[in-house]
Amino acid sequence: MILKEKAVAEIKSRMVRYPHRKSAILPALTVAYRQEGHLSPALYREIAKIIEVPYIEVAEAASFYTMFPKEPVGKYLIQVCHNISCALLGADSLIHYLEEKLGITKGETTPDDIFTLISVECLGSCATAPMMQINDKFYENLTREKVDRILEELREQARNGKENTV
Amino acid sequence: MEKKILFKYIDDPLQVNIDTYMSHGGYKAWEKVLKSMKPAEVIDEMKKSGLRGRGGAGFPAGMKWSFIPKDSPKPRYLVCNADESEPGTCKDRVLMEHDPHAVVEGMAIAAYAIGSHQAFCYVRGEFAYPAAMMEKAIDEAYSKGILGKNIFKSGYDLEMVVHTGGGAYICGEETALLNSLEGERGMSRIRPPFPAIEGLYGCPTVVNNVETLAVVPQVINMGAEWYAAIGTEKSKGTKIFSLSGHIKRPGNYELELGTKLSYLMNDLGGGMLDGHKLKAIIPGGSSTPFLLPNQIDTPLDYESLAAAGSMLGSGAVIVIDERTCMVWVIERLIHFYKHESCGKCTPCREGTGWLEQLIGRIEAGEGQQGDLEKIDSICDNILGRTICPLGDAAVMPIQSALKLFRDEFQYHIDNKKCLVKTEFEFK
Ligand SMILES: Cc1cc2nc3c(=O)[nH]c(=O)nc-3n(C[C@H](O)[C@H](O)[C@H](O)COP(=O)(O)O)c2cc1C
Repeated sequence: MILKEKAVAEIKSRMVRYPHRKSAILPALTVAYRQEGHLSPALYREIAKIIEVPYIEVAEAASFYTMFPKEPVGKYLIQVCHNISCALLGADSLIHYLEEKLGITKGETTPDDIFTLISVECLGSCATAPMMQINDKFYENLTREKVDRILEELREQARNGKENTV
Repeated sequence: MEKKILFKYIDDPLQVNIDTYMSHGGYKAWEKVLKSMKPAEVIDEMKKSGLRGRGGAGFPAGMKWSFIPKDSPKPRYLVCNADESEPGTCKDRVLMEHDPHAVVEGMAIAAYAIGSHQAFCYVRGEFAYPAAMMEKAIDEAYSKGILGKNIFKSGYDLEMVVHTGGGAYICGEETALLNSLEGERGMSRIRPPFPAIEGLYGCPTVVNNVETLAVVPQVINMGAEWYAAIGTEKSKGTKIFSLSGHIKRPGNYELELGTKLSYLMNDLGGGMLDGHKLKAIIPGGSSTPFLLPNQIDTPLDYESLAAAGSMLGSGAVIVIDERTCMVWVIERLIHFYKHESCGKCTPCREGTGWLEQLIGRIEAGEGQQGDLEKIDSICDNILGRTICPLGDAAVMPIQSALKLFRDEFQYHIDNKKCLVKTEFEFK
């Protein structure tokens, strides 16, 4: 099993809240993604077993939802909003700045596996643009100074093996 | 004018706690409804209030609730739509983060009105924090006997569940949302049957936006007449506007419907960022047609914005200044709609892809004569020809831009470059 006991328990506790077990697929994928950072067929198989639905139903749903990476990513997944409100306030320059600071281009992971950088569609933080999401947390009204500080803190956390939680 | 009904306690950091919420009169409406009102009376009250859906379409809330068949033996479901993904829109999140109990209470009252004993709040997956705040609020309500079995000893049971999505704009569309909630891919369904007849798990279902539901307790507490006296003749009450883009003080502002756009932008928003000149405004989220600077005094209500050639939509006002290339704006938007099309209908799936290619090549300086006519024709062939309105949503800003800024697109094709172009720098 890849899913830890805690994750399995959470999936089961969520499952019973629905009139139909299939509804638990998305919550289960979310739990699995939070634990592993990305999804995989092995996880679909485990989820299918827990919820007691065919494997294909889990895989089919998972392939639709872009929020869950399907390949391994760094410890911190940086998702910069590139949609209109953020773009008007310099989201593209924010992405370039991050590319330079991290020494990677959009879509890549740093060699130490700490950061993956991607850009995404609107995250609902339009009035606090520009913004980025790192794992589950939103970072808003970004400035160069703020970005520097955030990256520094996360590097420090990664060195100490701490989790970045909401 | 600014008028805080939904935002009355938005700045109180303790409002998220049930005790504070209750000390501000919270759950009084829920108790009143359970103890002294019949479901039909609640629906009547909502009808009288004139409250219209705040998720985009503006459908009257009370009327929607009344469509639930009275005699159906099936269970009924109430779903709160917290998918909030229309670019520019960031208001539901604020309500869930700062006043989650108002959303819970509104959901509860709506559920009772339609005879539902199970309510879901579908929160977009990226909103981990708002979803956590909703879960906390629901847990607190259960622990006080405000949700669960035999609520306020009325004999009424209500279960409430937060369901998080997986990052798909289409899941804000109500039928795609229902599929997603059932564990399916988030693809829209053909209507009819409408959700009121066959919604979640094939049962009668009402889907309402967060903001629509959050104001329901106040309507019950203060009365339909009170609510109906706010706003204009046909657009009742207040609405939250998410102000973003090239504006000095972006933010979420609650206004009486019918307030002038200029009041929002200048008096509340502080005017244009760095004193630049206004070029265009998207008044109701990225799928609504543009307004021009000479329309800045348009009242923000459903009818006035329609008369001005646009829509109130989700109330997301995006301000664009003179330094901005409109081809670039449209490229951003069509990229979004292409990415978010669920792929079910051919016109939307293929059409958004073709539009992205054509607009992309114009923006890249590789546009050809005739491209604009091709775009016109593709837009015509998407509009109104898809199962859900995502196709329309993709087309409306493009058609509007081609009408209002056609010269700029033509310049791009003729000269292989932007008429104006700024690389916007973040601070
Ligand atoms: C592509 C698309 C996306 C939508 N996204 C949302 C959304 O994020 N939130 C929302 O409340 N309504 C959204 N809607 C509107 C819903 O389909 C539905 O009309 C609304 O939730 C009903 O609630 P209301 O009557 O309270 O406005 C969307 C519609 C479409 C076509």
